[in-house]
Amino acid sequence: MPGVIPLSWFLILSAVLFLIGVLGFLIKRNIIALLLSVEIMLNAVNLTFVAFSSWLHRINGQIFVFFVLVVAAAEAAVGLALVIAMFRNRETLNVDRSNLLKW
Amino acid sequence: MTQVLFFLFAALAIGAAINVLAQKHVLYSALSLIVHLVSVSGLFILLQADFLAVINIIVYAGAIMVLFVFVIMLLNLHDLEEGADRLRWLKFLGIPMALFLLFMILAAVINIGGVPIQGLLSGSPDAIGRSLFTDYLLPFEATSLLILIALMGAVIFAKKDL
Repeated sequence: MPGVIPLSWFLILSAVLFLIGVLGFLIKRNIIALLLSVEIMLNAVNLTFVAFSSWLHRINGQIFVFFVLVVAAAEAAVGLALVIAMFRNRETLNVDRSNLLKW
Repeated sequence: MTQVLFFLFAALAIGAAINVLAQKHVLYSALSLIVHLVSVSGLFILLQADFLAVINIIVYAGAIMVLFVFVIMLLNLHDLEEGADRLRWLKFLGIPMALFLLFMILAAVINIGGVPIQGLLSGSPDAIGRSLFTDYLLPFEATSLLILIALMGAVIFAKKDL
């Protein structure tokens, strides 16, 4: 029975997961690892949506998770195509090396 | 029993997410992210969102992660995390900033306290489908357009002579 788990546990868990994603985005320099960190952040937000949906007895939150999944799929497809194009042109995946548009 | 399952899935999710960052090779990171996704799906099941849990596994762990692993193996990567990053000092700025953000979120969440999640909200395919095709019909159609644009964008980016 889900009645025994407080809402705040889910919120704290998803805050921690989101922070792990943010940390990964700041620390890692490999562009595929950055995309994976974005996926972790999206999952943390999904968890918040579902927890609030269950708490408020509205189905809307779960619909939004559905849309987040679609956006994540589109983001992964376009992002990985960009990764392939970047690797073909620069022979590296390090985001510090692709600095043509910087400064 | 439910709380034990919550702690089990939560520990697995956090551990797998940390392992994503800790691994040197990005392929192991991707495989660890699959464990993370499956444990988040377990948390969805604890929240009675059965349909989303299955969709999460099928779409994320099934399709998106296979795409990631496929690209990683296609590129045949080796020693990617080469050292001597020019912006290494930013790491020591980023970690305190991220921890500060965590404390801000926790300070907001603590006020909610231990309000238990009451009753059942069935996240069945029936309920989600009814809402998706009545109230959210226009966003659903816009989603198909988004997928089409992403498809064309991926094909154009992956062309030989970009």
